[in-house]
Amino acid sequence: MTTQLTADAARLVGYGLRPRLVPARDDTYRGLIVRASTDDEFAAAVQAVAAGFDLVVMEISERAGIVVASTDESVFAIRAGDYWRRAGGDGKASDRVLHALAHLGAATMAFPRPADLANETYLGRITVDGVEAFVREAAGRLAEAAVRNDDADTAAGEPGLEASWRVYSRRAQTGSTGDGRRLPSSTTGIVGRALTFLSEQGLLTRTGDERHGTYRTTPRYRTQVREAGVLMFDELLSLGITAISDGSATIEVAWTPEALTEL
Amino acid sequence: MLQPATDLGFAQRVKALACTAPLHDLDNRKNQVQTADFSVYQMSELALNAIDLVTLAMDFDAGAPPELIVTGVAGFAARQAPLRAGGEHLRAARWVLESLLNVGSADRGFRAVYGMTAGDGSYQRFEFDFKLLEEVVGPDGSIFLRATNEAVNVLVGALELDIESAQIAADLRLETLIRRGRLSDAQSAAQSARYRTIQYGEKLRQRLEATERDVRTVDWLHEMPKFIAEALEHIAARYRAENAIMTNITEVRDTADTPATKLQAAKLVDVVRDCLRRHEQLQAALQGAGRRFRAQQDRQTFAPGSSVATLDLHAQLLVPALGLPVRDAEPVLSGYVGRSAGVHVPDAVRLLDLFTALITPPAERELLGEPVEEPDLDEAPEEPPFPAECYELLDGLLDLDPEAPRRLSGLLDEARRLHPELPHLVVVRVVALAAQEINPALRHNLPGVYVAVDDGTPLMDAEYGGADLIVARARVEKEEVMA
Repeated sequence: MTTQLTADAARLVGYGLRPRLVPARDDTYRGLIVRASTDDEFAAAVQAVAAGFDLVVMEISERAGIVVASTDESVFAIRAGDYWRRAGGDGKASDRVLHALAHLGAATMAFPRPADLANETYLGRITVDGVEAFVREAAGRLAEAAVRNDDADTAAGEPGLEASWRVYSRRAQTGSTGDGRRLPSSTTGIVGRALTFLSEQGLLTRTGDERHGTYRTTPRYRTQVREAGVLMFDELLSLGITAISDGSATIEVAWTPEALTEL
Repeated sequence: MLQPATDLGFAQRVKALACTAPLHDLDNRKNQVQTADFSVYQMSELALNAIDLVTLAMDFDAGAPPELIVTGVAGFAARQAPLRAGGEHLRAARWVLESLLNVGSADRGFRAVYGMTAGDGSYQRFEFDFKLLEEVVGPDGSIFLRATNEAVNVLVGALELDIESAQIAADLRLETLIRRGRLSDAQSAAQSARYRTIQYGEKLRQRLEATERDVRTVDWLHEMPKFIAEALEHIAARYRAENAIMTNITEVRDTADTPATKLQAAKLVDVVRDCLRRHEQLQAALQGAGRRFRAQQDRQTFAPGSSVATLDLHAQLLVPALGLPVRDAEPVLSGYVGRSAGVHVPDAVRLLDLFTALITPPAERELLGEPVEEPDLDEAPEEPPFPAECYELLDGLLDLDPEAPRRLSGLLDEARRLHPELPHLVVVRVVALAAQEINPALRHNLPGVYVAVDDGTPLMDAEYGGADLIVARARVEKEEVMA
């Protein structure tokens, strides 16, 4: 392996650390991407350089560029603590859950069907208000189920045992502060922060200000969500609580002709 | 030995009691307000008025603008303390509203702890979280107030009852009251019937919004048809009842002997009219619900997707994560955020940069900054795309005899002789003529109108292709307008 080959491979990995650059707008980048898909020796060198940085190459394509993910011990890993600190939360577990639900809700709203996550040309469009309402609705449905099961309230004095949906439902949706700003600790504020962060990371592109911020997904985001989702699914499985789906929609919608005429 | 109540009914009563606590709390706290003397106001009454105003202003799509509620409550406050200044009434109203929202708590809500004796005789404490008013985002991005179910239930006095049964009871009560001529009670009963209608509307609105986001989150197979049928039945029944009431009260109003009775009856007529209007609104929304669902289903379910299925984020990740206790959910969710949000490149500081930054003296800045220079903008006239003489030549060229139409090819040949850019202008103008309509020419009293007709002859030209249009000028002859 020559020094020049290693330098080029490292340069490509370096592009992966600058997620806002796309191959379509950078000739050097595009050249390296093409080379990685045609030159096996170069592709192996890219993998090796990435592995040396404790990074995993998830995808190399002209559409998304090179998508790298950090392993937990990598210096490039996003430490959850950094995010919470920047998000200004007071570090309580329930606050971290709210912020993380905003991230997961954004991904779910961006890729509502399993097929969307598998389709590499799919572009999701999300808004801050939309994601907020989506998670609130999902939490609301769990609340309804809890009422049906006579399980409406949690035991007092055990915040760790409280279900996540309760934390979300309870938090105010929006609110005005005395100086006319929006309440950052409201769920709309939390979702807004999550989407801003994702767009800073080059995973979403801001397209407008309607509904507190409109965004579309980038090909990179699809890859990241899919990989992170699979790992999270495994963790949920190990906790013994998740549904196995055959990839079709969650609720089957089947209409009889009579039902249609009634509406 | 007497057993303590252990059933759910008991829990409901305790919770109902808890919902009124924030209102009592207002009167307890009013003397502790340092910045003003609120002791003359009956705060819990003002709070009830506020909840009333918000509930009545809640429409199918929107809530109540906060400023409107503040002004309304300040009006009640002014009646309680007519000697105080108007500014203080506004401050009191704002204080009540902020207390009802519980501004200052992270969740902007209230929490009550209650206990129940379980089947085995052990006593267990639970937390009950509720809100009375909540701030929501309106369609235009502004903040609206909405009253929660708890607030409406406390207000109406029918605590945590099934919507439909409460409605039937309210109807019966209303009819009886009117028959016996107790109009002020009838008015409150009519108002409570109106709250029920508002609740139906609210539930439908939430369901439809959820459908728009994701068809699968709402059960349109069983739950929604049932809900819609129920709501339509409700409207039909209310419609009959209210029309009957309407006839009854109008009679009372017209035959009343005292002005007070007359006035009360007139108020009741207004309330019932508002009910009828709301029912029409809800009915229209219900009838449109199926159409909106089908449109969303077409958009979402039948959109082409890849056949390779992966994760169902909604069913397999989001819903299970929401169902987990905070203690278990936190590490799983944090792991997801860390992995899905990409990489973080730590800032590396070069010693040289740090040194330079530290020894550079801070730049002096004027307090007001640089003077802003007004940019001197010239009106730049738009350049015509063709030289001016071309337009004159074009007018001459197209000044056709109405009796002698010409072919485009002939026009092009002549244009080439006159000016090098003229042929292009001729083509642009003739193509525009082909789309001209006769009615505007008639309206503007033009003497003639140009027509370009394609008779199928292809255009043989070095530069342009297409049909060799026949260009003609038709004389416009006005017909006598028929009466």
